[in-house]
Amino acid sequence: MASIFQAVGAARALSSSNSFDSKKFYLTSRESVSERKGSIFVVRSDGRMNSGRVDKLVTNAVATKADSAAASTASKPGHELLLFEALREGLEEEMDRDPRVCVMGEDVGHYGGSYKVTKGLAPKYGDLRVLDTPIAENSFTGMAIGAAMTGLRPIVEGMNMGFLLLAFNQISNNCGMLHYTSGGQFTIPVVIRGPGGVGRQLGAEHSQRLESYFQSIPGIQMVACSTPYNAKGLMKAAIRSENPVILFEHVLLYNLKERIPDEEYICNLEEAEMVRPGEHITILTYSRMRYHVMQAAKTLVNKGYDPEVIDIRSLKPFDLHTIGNSVKKTHRVLIVEECMRTGGIGASLTAAISENFHDYLDAPIVCLSSQDVPTPYAGTLEEFTIVQPAQIVTAVEQLCQQ
Amino acid sequence: MSLIHRSSSLLKPLAAGPASLLRRPFSSATDDDATKITVETSVPFTGHRIDPPPRTIDTTPKELMTFFVDMARMRRMEIAADSLYKSKLIRGFCHLYDGQEAVAVGMEAAITRKDCIITAYRDHCIFLGRGGTLLEAFAELMGRKAGCSKGKGGSMHFYKKNGGFYGGHGIVGAQVPLGCGLAFAQKYSKEDHVTFALYGDGAANQGQLFEALNMAALWDLPAILVCENNHYGMGTAEWRAAKSPAYYKRGDYVPGLKVDGMDVFAVKQACKFAKEHVLKNGPIILEMDTYRYHGHSMSDPGSTYRTRDEISGVRQERDPIERIRKLILSHDIATEKELKDIEKEVRKEVDEAISQAKESPMPEPSELFTNVYVKDHGVE
Repeated sequence: MASIFQAVGAARALSSSNSFDSKKFYLTSRESVSERKGSIFVVRSDGRMNSGRVDKLVTNAVATKADSAAASTASKPGHELLLFEALREGLEEEMDRDPRVCVMGEDVGHYGGSYKVTKGLAPKYGDLRVLDTPIAENSFTGMAIGAAMTGLRPIVEGMNMGFLLLAFNQISNNCGMLHYTSGGQFTIPVVIRGPGGVGRQLGAEHSQRLESYFQSIPGIQMVACSTPYNAKGLMKAAIRSENPVILFEHVLLYNLKERIPDEEYICNLEEAEMVRPGEHITILTYSRMRYHVMQAAKTLVNKGYDPEVIDIRSLKPFDLHTIGNSVKKTHRVLIVEECMRTGGIGASLTAAISENFHDYLDAPIVCLSSQDVPTPYAGTLEEFTIVQPAQIVTAVEQLCQQ
Repeated sequence: MSLIHRSSSLLKPLAAGPASLLRRPFSSATDDDATKITVETSVPFTGHRIDPPPRTIDTTPKELMTFFVDMARMRRMEIAADSLYKSKLIRGFCHLYDGQEAVAVGMEAAITRKDCIITAYRDHCIFLGRGGTLLEAFAELMGRKAGCSKGKGGSMHFYKKNGGFYGGHGIVGAQVPLGCGLAFAQKYSKEDHVTFALYGDGAANQGQLFEALNMAALWDLPAILVCENNHYGMGTAEWRAAKSPAYYKRGDYVPGLKVDGMDVFAVKQACKFAKEHVLKNGPIILEMDTYRYHGHSMSDPGSTYRTRDEISGVRQERDPIERIRKLILSHDIATEKELKDIEKEVRKEVDEAISQAKESPMPEPSELFTNVYVKDHGVE
């Protein structure tokens, strides 16, 4: 385990694009992983991760500009694709690799998926492996969990994450708890994925952020992808994980374009992504808000600030290593999320950082979240619901004055 | 012979529109109210655990004309919504009802505003039938203040409380237990009214439907479950999602009726029959065999899972408006030109409503926080 991290750390030091002293922070923290109590660094992917590619790719493909498709000069040219295609690529590679991997959901097969993530898979793998379910979320989620109990590895697609509320009981009680209540006999290697978040005027019921509802369920992991690179990497890691993983995609990010490597790679489920190293303030974000943060970062840099932007990616558990290192460096934290203020991921993150790193904070943690309202349909109102770049800039300025 | 003195009563159950539409003399020389026309439904009803109603129905020229105008208005509204969506004045999800108008109009003709209707997201036309105005509809679709939900709901969240229309719901199937709740309240309050809970063939496979149906049957609630079977749950054909696509039989111990949903008279007859039944005997299921010309929503072309021939075939053979047009013409109630003029008027009516809706402003920013709770309680 340690070898992987050291390789990562070494590669970071080599990379030309990062300006901070990675060795000082990264290796030290990583070496202490095994001693760290309550480490939730769970099951590692198999040996393929040690191919030596992961390290370079994790750092170099990270966007340091808001809209760039980053690829360092050190890696191969790769190929360009959209985020939903990256998800599909990851899914297809895993289905090729392991015959137990299957997909179920509404209109995933013949229709190709309402967001085209499963396009072309049904003709290739057949109707049973890419299963078109009736509209019965509660039951087909339960069915997937039951199948997983015997060793299959289903991927459940919620056409919109919001529909999975109907399956909450299955996800909470069966998916999350069966491994525990059976004393470890059963593992539930399911992946539950789908688009959520506030889109473009989709209405209240189709603009939900379920990560805040699911985060308390013990036994599950939650990750949120935000770039084609991490979408593919997280999809693959989620499928290979022995634990149930909920992969949150965002309706508005499916058409993001990026150049990703040709070689196989996986992202760590529990790892956060350093988007932009900086010195003045740590901005923690995930999913679509990452882009609002990077847009604000442009303005902030022009104003002379040096924000460190971290895409936390892992919503459960939090990557408190990366986060902690950052807090120790900058002493100021701003969380920017799309969840509602009450009981969101930001609320939990604020608590976690306060508990673990409050000695390092020079200012109270500020959390920018969506308003505690059902998402209205009218476009102008919808805009006010979520955090906009201008608000992020203001918050950073206020925080840095303290 | 002229309809002038009748126009006000004619217009009452309809959505607001220019009264001039029907204040015109028609070629029929007889008194429209007293004239009885007997029509036959296109196909007989099929019953499950029940004797179906007769397929011969009495109507009047007035009713025929009303049906024509109402359906033409609904059709025009949906087509206009399509254009508005393409010009990005309507955003998000927009599920159109064109092809299914007979269900909305036939049902409305059999009931009163004290009866309740609840449906899913394909709700624009039902809203209109329940007394909603074109202005309220278009304004809501464009997210404006004048919308029926003040612009905060959108296409899938049309409601009209004083018209007995309970929405407008985005999550498939969730409206059916709500519908049974409406019926429960009606029984509780000893009203002699009923609830129509509409759902699609896709939603027919939701467990909550059967849970709700069981309870409705257990307690003899006046609930009529109406499956608007347009044969596709988004991209999935009914036979690929349901082991038994005979939705009118799926109630098992609950009786059911299969109805040609493209025939407004069949719908009216079935709804009238159902209302009488449930007031005495508890729930019933109506399966409306209908069809949507558009795809599932504006983001779905609707042609990847069905052929264009099928769509045009249905349009030619079974279009609800054409059926009424033929009836009107064959009974000499109006001429072709008169019907075309009516359609032109309807188009104008719709266009006027759209321009009015466009003038309506966006909601105030403060509206973001209103109606979360009642009277601002619960705010920190």
